[in-house]
Amino acid sequence: MGNFIASMPSAIAQGLIWGIMAIGVYITFRILDIADLTVDGTVCTGAAVCAVLVVSGVNVWLALLIATLAGILAGCVTWFFHTVLGIPAILAGILTQLMLWSINLKIMSGANVAVPSRSYSVLLTQMNVPMALVFLVITAVVIIALLYLFFGTEIGCTIRATGSNGAMSRAQGINTNLTKLIGLALSNGIVALSGAVLCQYQGFADINMGRGAIVTGLASVIIGEAVIRRIGKNFAVKLAGVFVGSIIYWIVYQTVVFFKLDTDLLKMLSALLVAIFLGVPYIKKQLSGRRKGGVVNG
Amino acid sequence: MDNNVMLRLSGIVKKFNAGTVNEKVALNGLDLTLDKGDFVTVIGGNGAGKSTMLNAIAGVWRVDGGSVVLDGVDITNLPEYKRAKYLGRVFQDPMMGTAADMQIEENLALAARRGKRKTLAPGIRKAERAQYREMLAELGLGLESRLSVKVGTLSGGQRQALTLLMAAMREPKLLLLDEHTAALDPKTAATVLDITERIIKEHELTTLMITHNMRDAITHGNRLIMMHEGSIIIDVRGEEKQKLTVEDLLEMFTKASGGEFSNDRAILS
Repeated sequence: MGNFIASMPSAIAQGLIWGIMAIGVYITFRILDIADLTVDGTVCTGAAVCAVLVVSGVNVWLALLIATLAGILAGCVTWFFHTVLGIPAILAGILTQLMLWSINLKIMSGANVAVPSRSYSVLLTQMNVPMALVFLVITAVVIIALLYLFFGTEIGCTIRATGSNGAMSRAQGINTNLTKLIGLALSNGIVALSGAVLCQYQGFADINMGRGAIVTGLASVIIGEAVIRRIGKNFAVKLAGVFVGSIIYWIVYQTVVFFKLDTDLLKMLSALLVAIFLGVPYIKKQLSGRRKGGVVNG
Repeated sequence: MDNNVMLRLSGIVKKFNAGTVNEKVALNGLDLTLDKGDFVTVIGGNGAGKSTMLNAIAGVWRVDGGSVVLDGVDITNLPEYKRAKYLGRVFQDPMMGTAADMQIEENLALAARRGKRKTLAPGIRKAERAQYREMLAELGLGLESRLSVKVGTLSGGQRQALTLLMAAMREPKLLLLDEHTAALDPKTAATVLDITERIIKEHELTTLMITHNMRDAITHGNRLIMMHEGSIIIDVRGEEKQKLTVEDLLEMFTKASGGEFSNDRAILS
């Protein structure tokens, strides 16, 4: 049991790193109302770019920045497919994701790149979890603060309006193509950042590291919303909730691993969790709609 | 160029599903000129092209022919979001005119910035709140004490009143009302129509108002047009309009549309 408790800090660290990723998912899924599947590829892109740069001697902060820019670029590609070529958002994301699979292999010149912390000066490593936690908590707070400020600005408000009601936004003079671009770029930039942080923490970048990220992210968002609901509706609280959701997700994961339960089932369970939480409100609405007859009242 | 003209639609053509068996000519070379300050009510049966005309003006899609000139400026090729600067719009569906997930004050703040360049400045400033509170108080719906409430929790009538406020905020050159009271119960519809009259008078707005209610079409505005199969078939104004009765309109429609009166009676009455 002592070992189990000792494994918790590492689970929390994983939760915070994937929480950054889940924040990216929150921006597209909850704010922009687009299910962006690009992220499954962007996690690895961020990791691959960061790992390759650090290994070739580039400053680790600069590597982090370039990795984020790579993610922004990936978001722009999905935006291009979606708005310029008129491809449905989900398919646009899948297309970019598939492209990124090849691109990620090219960036790494193979399926993985090692960034051992004893050979390179990285910002965090699982060899020193307490220090990693300090770094990650600060990162999380900075991200929440910056996004809180950004979505309160004029530009931020237009992005929220676009997600809430596209037709109204255009009627109010908002260029919804531009707001979608900003949202997708920002989201994928943050997701790539999480990948870059993750590769340093675990000491390698791997072609498979983003697989199922969208579902993990959605699960974190949903768990977070369920937990945070009673605490408040403030936007900063909601963002913090995403991190809380992600931490809970990874504690459950660690528990499954520790008790030698079948981890193969975890992705299926995550997917079912997401399906149930997204489905329940819909079913509820269907049932209440049938009772009331769906008349708009004054 | 006549300085007194606010809107000139010339030969507007809009086809849906062009080149398929479902091709429908929604606007068939439509001409319409509005003077500044005109308050025009628009009636017509289902599929007459009323909403399509408003959408053509708003630029929801490109027209297949003709031109839209607003206050002397050709806006035919301007995208929807750029025209928004000059237009105020209220839709039939109360859900359509506001962002449900945002607060009342945030919706108003978006409207206050319509057509302005968006920056990283705060999305809403303190001074604006006082102004919004005052504007909302004038509606008499009790919204002034609920500035930070999500619009999604408001009733249909409240949302339409709020959308009207937002539409009028930047002194639009043209107000487009697309059956904006049709989804409301009769009492709420009357309240929203009162607010509409007040706002139009206060801001001296040139207005196109589609309505399914012939009595409203006669009572409100200084001019009435009836559409049929993508064209304007009746256009009356001034004293002539004031003297109209619902029966007159039905008779005029029967004559002008060539006896299709029975089909459309239910829709028009």
